[in-house]
Amino acid sequence: MRSYLDFEKPVAEIEAKVDELRAIAEANGSDSVRDEAARLQNRANASLRELYASLTPWQKTMVARHPMRPHYRDYLDRLVEDFTPLAGDRLFGEDEAIVGGFGRFRGQSVCVIGQEKGFDTESRLKHNFGMAMPEGYRKAVRLMDLADRFGLPVLSFVDTAGAYPGIDAEERGQAEAIARSTDRCLSLGVPNVALVIGEGGSGGAVAIASCNKVLMMEHAIYTVASPEASASILWRDPGRAQDAATNMKITAQDLLKFGIIDGIVPEPVGGAHRDPEAAIRAAGDAIAASLSDLAPLSPEALRDRRAAKFLGIGRKA
Amino acid sequence: MNWISNVVRPKIRSILKKDTPENLWVKCPDSGQLVFHKDVEQNLFVIPGSEHHLRVSAVQRLKMTFDDGVYEDIPLPEVPLDPLKFRDEKRYTDRLKDARAKTSAVDSVKVGYGLLEANPVTIGVQDFDFMGGSLGMAAGEAVIKGLETAAERETPFIMFAASGGARMQEGMFSLMQMPRTTAAIQRLRAARLPYIVVLTNPTTGGVTASYAMLGDIHVAEPGALIGFAGPRVIEQTIREKLPPGFQRAEYLKDHGMVDLVVHRRDMRGTLGRLCRLLTKAPAAA
Repeated sequence: MRSYLDFEKPVAEIEAKVDELRAIAEANGSDSVRDEAARLQNRANASLRELYASLTPWQKTMVARHPMRPHYRDYLDRLVEDFTPLAGDRLFGEDEAIVGGFGRFRGQSVCVIGQEKGFDTESRLKHNFGMAMPEGYRKAVRLMDLADRFGLPVLSFVDTAGAYPGIDAEERGQAEAIARSTDRCLSLGVPNVALVIGEGGSGGAVAIASCNKVLMMEHAIYTVASPEASASILWRDPGRAQDAATNMKITAQDLLKFGIIDGIVPEPVGGAHRDPEAAIRAAGDAIAASLSDLAPLSPEALRDRRAAKFLGIGRKA
Repeated sequence: MNWISNVVRPKIRSILKKDTPENLWVKCPDSGQLVFHKDVEQNLFVIPGSEHHLRVSAVQRLKMTFDDGVYEDIPLPEVPLDPLKFRDEKRYTDRLKDARAKTSAVDSVKVGYGLLEANPVTIGVQDFDFMGGSLGMAAGEAVIKGLETAAERETPFIMFAASGGARMQEGMFSLMQMPRTTAAIQRLRAARLPYIVVLTNPTTGGVTASYAMLGDIHVAEPGALIGFAGPRVIEQTIREKLPPGFQRAEYLKDHGMVDLVVHRRDMRGTLGRLCRLLTKAPAAA
């Protein structure tokens, strides 16, 4: 069962017809109907390609949040073998908005950290919609400490609307937890690579994305605050999220141009949700390429280059 | 045109202007009492009686912190204006112009170098009155410049933070000030120089979630609102009223995020003492 976004309606109509024709062809074995179906499918693909070549920032926001879009857990399943999740910050509790642990990426031992938004009501609640508590960031710091000690690269998968804003989060020092996690990313003597797979929201994203290489999926977004929050801050009206998305330059393409990210992973035509397998494979290739670029660098060089990269942002423009 | 309008009026006008109540009286936001402006100014902008700490401008803060109010104004790097070409009802560049005219500052952070109880220190101050102390490229570069100046001149760095959060009009360039300032803090740490943060009212958002919570020591002014998410956002999320005292300096101290809550009249003494202790300087005479 496919799920279409509003702006995909023309494609949805053609594809519905394709399905109909295919069913007819199936029933009476008619080659001409089958050919017609194939021709229509090509038309749908072409129109999809055209749509996705020029998505507006708001449309990208919709794609980045698409219910069928592959999540962190899908990337883990397909890219990381022997994944062993580790729980807890050893200070207060376990926060499943951030899932982290150790595993094997293309044969190499790595530390993996990421935000999981969940995929049905039960798992969304369990992962708190990918909005981490201080415990989540402190667990991330703990895992980065281990990675640094054992000389393992850190892979971050970013997908969050932002850190959780609540009484308990504030009580336990959400701001400090985020700051320390960013701090730890930047002090690592091992390579770290971040990939924004859906939504990179605010400080909650930066906390695990202050890496040697920051990559984004082609239709992911990375924002100073989610479009809704931005609209609420700017105009006290979350309903103007679309304006905020348009104004704030949140697409991978804009951010690469600004020198804020280091690379874009191409998505299959029609977005990662149309062919998760291919999207995740491309992501794996991009991460592998980044890791091999960073592999020869000493801990000092990794730290220096990371700091220099971030300090350089905005200075060249 | 007669001799009255030419000669007398200007004098009357200037007298009237001086006497407008908002210049003369300050209303305490806590107790509602009206206090003579001069008295508040002489009391470091703390309302006598209620002890409510009013916001102070960056220049006032630098003057009240350095010995005899004397300091060297550290020149700050220029940054690209309006990288996103952001406009809503108004162009961002026009908003900047207005804020600059209103505060006669270039952006929200100023940096000074001078003596604090006879020991050299570098101090950064964030001015909430400049677009809500928002963290954009200029403020980020200024904080970095402050940290670098401290490292070069081998002094402690004291940062008076005050901010509503990110400068939304600069989008991701604003967010990037979080890792950027953090990288600069790591360099000061590597030089083994103290970094003291003074949290003033209010400090929220990306500023709290980066350099304002990475101090070696966290000092706060009484009653200062300090948090990651602002109270409005939290209320919208959980849909209930927040408990009294929530996110105030004293609350943060109780929850282990702040070392000291210090009255403004004791701020110089406390900062001076901390700097001397951490840098092994001799005790004050």
